[in-house]
Amino acid sequence: MNKIVEKEDFSEKVVKIVVEAPLIAKARKPGNFVIVRVGEKGERIPLTIAGADVAKGTITIIVQKMGVSSTKLCKLEVGDYITDLVGPLGKPTEIHNVGTVLCCGGGVGVAPLLPIVEGYKKAGNRVITVIAARSKDLLILEDEMRKNSDELIVMTDDGSYGRKGLVTEGMEEIIKREKIDECITIGPAIMMKFCSLLTKKYEIPTMASLNSIMVDGTGMCGACRVTVDGKTKFTCVDGPEFDAHKIDFDEMMSRLGGYKEEEKGKMDHFQN
Amino acid sequence: MERSEEYIKNERKQEWRVELQKMTKAKDRMSIERVQMTEMAPEERIKSQRVEVNVGLTKEEAILEAKRCMDCVNPTCMEGCPVSINIPKFIKYIERGDILEAASVLKETSALPAVCGRVCPQEVQCEQKCFYVEKLNLPSVAIGHLERFAADFERESGVISVPKLAEPNGVKVAVIGSGPSGLSFAGDMAKLGYDVTVFEALHEIGGVLKYGIPEFRLPNAVVDVEIESLRKMGVEFITNYIVGQTASLDDLKKEGYKAFYVGSGAGLPRFMNIPGENSNGIMSSNEYLTRVNLMGADSEESDTPILRGKNVVVVGGGNTAMDSVRTAKRLGAERAIIVYRRSEEEMPARVEEVHHAKQEGIEFLTLTNPIEYIADENSRVKQIKVQKMELGEPDASGRRRPIPMEGSEYMIEATVVVVAVGVSPNPLIPNSVEGLEVSKWGTIEVVKDKMQSSIPEVFAGGDIVRGGATVILAMGDGRKAAANMDIYLKEKYLSKKVEL
Repeated sequence: MNKIVEKEDFSEKVVKIVVEAPLIAKARKPGNFVIVRVGEKGERIPLTIAGADVAKGTITIIVQKMGVSSTKLCKLEVGDYITDLVGPLGKPTEIHNVGTVLCCGGGVGVAPLLPIVEGYKKAGNRVITVIAARSKDLLILEDEMRKNSDELIVMTDDGSYGRKGLVTEGMEEIIKREKIDECITIGPAIMMKFCSLLTKKYEIPTMASLNSIMVDGTGMCGACRVTVDGKTKFTCVDGPEFDAHKIDFDEMMSRLGGYKEEEKGKMDHFQN
Repeated sequence: MERSEEYIKNERKQEWRVELQKMTKAKDRMSIERVQMTEMAPEERIKSQRVEVNVGLTKEEAILEAKRCMDCVNPTCMEGCPVSINIPKFIKYIERGDILEAASVLKETSALPAVCGRVCPQEVQCEQKCFYVEKLNLPSVAIGHLERFAADFERESGVISVPKLAEPNGVKVAVIGSGPSGLSFAGDMAKLGYDVTVFEALHEIGGVLKYGIPEFRLPNAVVDVEIESLRKMGVEFITNYIVGQTASLDDLKKEGYKAFYVGSGAGLPRFMNIPGENSNGIMSSNEYLTRVNLMGADSEESDTPILRGKNVVVVGGGNTAMDSVRTAKRLGAERAIIVYRRSEEEMPARVEEVHHAKQEGIEFLTLTNPIEYIADENSRVKQIKVQKMELGEPDASGRRRPIPMEGSEYMIEATVVVVAVGVSPNPLIPNSVEGLEVSKWGTIEVVKDKMQSSIPEVFAGGDIVRGGATVILAMGDGRKAAANMDIYLKEKYLSKKVEL
């Protein structure tokens, strides 16, 4: 049982939770994720780690209300316990000093991008970060990103903050301006697909961090399988990061909807 | 921990045993017919995932069945038991009506008798070696049913015996994985006086006994009682802890753990790598069974979704395939179909499971293999292209090799497909421990019979070593590892104390 020590509503749909997990706080590296379960009837869902405080023994997770499980998690308050929390899972990001790195995050994908940005910066890279959201109120972690990046560009779909446009527009400007040695993208699958197409055009090595459906998160169920370079891989143990140019994003997007109807049924049941 | 011949002989010469031997003539014992296990009616039991198929024996039935046992001078049945249960001794206690004593005999060498009595393939182990089969060509004594009876009787009586424990020796050992192998190891080490902690990655203790085997074959409550027994013996359990990820082996060494037993199981499900296999609606048996058994997705109240469908096709012929297809029936499938590339004779599933599946209306498409999945416009599977097979010469497994028949392809309808064609070892431990020797299949290399890996303080057993086997073989490995780790640790840490 892990106690929630801090909670902040970033928006109506997005919540930041700081939870006690001393071992995970110590062991986690950029790129890792956790699995949580809320309540005895709860589902196991994967969530990214946005940060950790080793001294306090806590980790930070940022959750977007999507279905029953994420909504239940967002309803927990300070002092409540998360029934089960396990991790860190997945392979960490391979961070080296490569020169200039372009980090692109969209929606709640900005959360797991933060430790990666910090990591690249610490490794001595020039870090340019582009973060994007549909509108100003959905934008997260701007200050933290600015602190850890050499340059930060903020994009909103509706132009309510930063610059109006898609994340790829901000990226392309940078790519045209200066030499980028490596790129990483985390966000909605459709966004990562277009980021990947863009960097492929400019032949920039790019990693994407995937958020597949999972049950156990340890390689056991195979729900998270994804085709990379024509081969089936498991996001949980082979990933979550893969060479973006080799990911079959269309298949990945369709697999994210694999339980759509059933999930809708659960949501209806939950709300009534 | 082999049982010496002398020990077996001495036990057999106990007064009460001799008395029983004399009480009934061999001819009369042989004239008794083997007991029939009472089963729930198929049309009733398929209504719930959680109604056990086998009801169990009554005390009268068990005592009569126990009478059949000849209490042989040379009990060959014991040779067939991977955990060396003193079979005649426990059966003779049943014949005498002393069921609790019978249960404690089981516990001398088995950490999970109520589990083994249900899921062990006795027909190819102890029962195959029974005097009745070997010498008389008659049905064997129902050793498995009797084992289950004794263990259930003890559990239901509420008087649960705790095996004798050695004085605590203060040496800490860690078990990685709480499946049958780890539990069996933990039980033996606790008996030997060690301070045992079991680390489990999932939120429940029991491994495959919980996430894999359905409750209609093995109720969770039965597993929980066996785990409770281990707790009473001082074994500590920690869930949500992935050794190698949450903390490393070295971290645990710093906390004082002197040796490790890796029983992390065969984690990764295999797929066939055929076109369309990543379409929605196609999943591994691990995923399907975990959603239902561990997460309770058969219930409306569970937050975990499960795919139901009119036509559920399960690919494979092992026990996991049977568990999956029978689960599908219970989840309301109109047609639940096994597709298997060899014939029924080569199926690795227990005969009992195939028999129960047929009673429940499961269809069998044998000598048939999927070669492609066809999806609808939403990427959801709708059909399987299958090919007919014929059997050729025996292959490495000794079974006749299935050969595709050219031009025999046809389509079958499928709304859900469950792939149950085997598993590969879980890579988490092998990947995270430096210096651990691993085979090209990803299994941990151990010195046979010792279960010791290339790192002296790391032992391993069960599917992480075997690549995919049975509950009881995994348990046997756990016992062997415990006996050998005990020798290793005594030499290294306790020799002086022992001399004193």
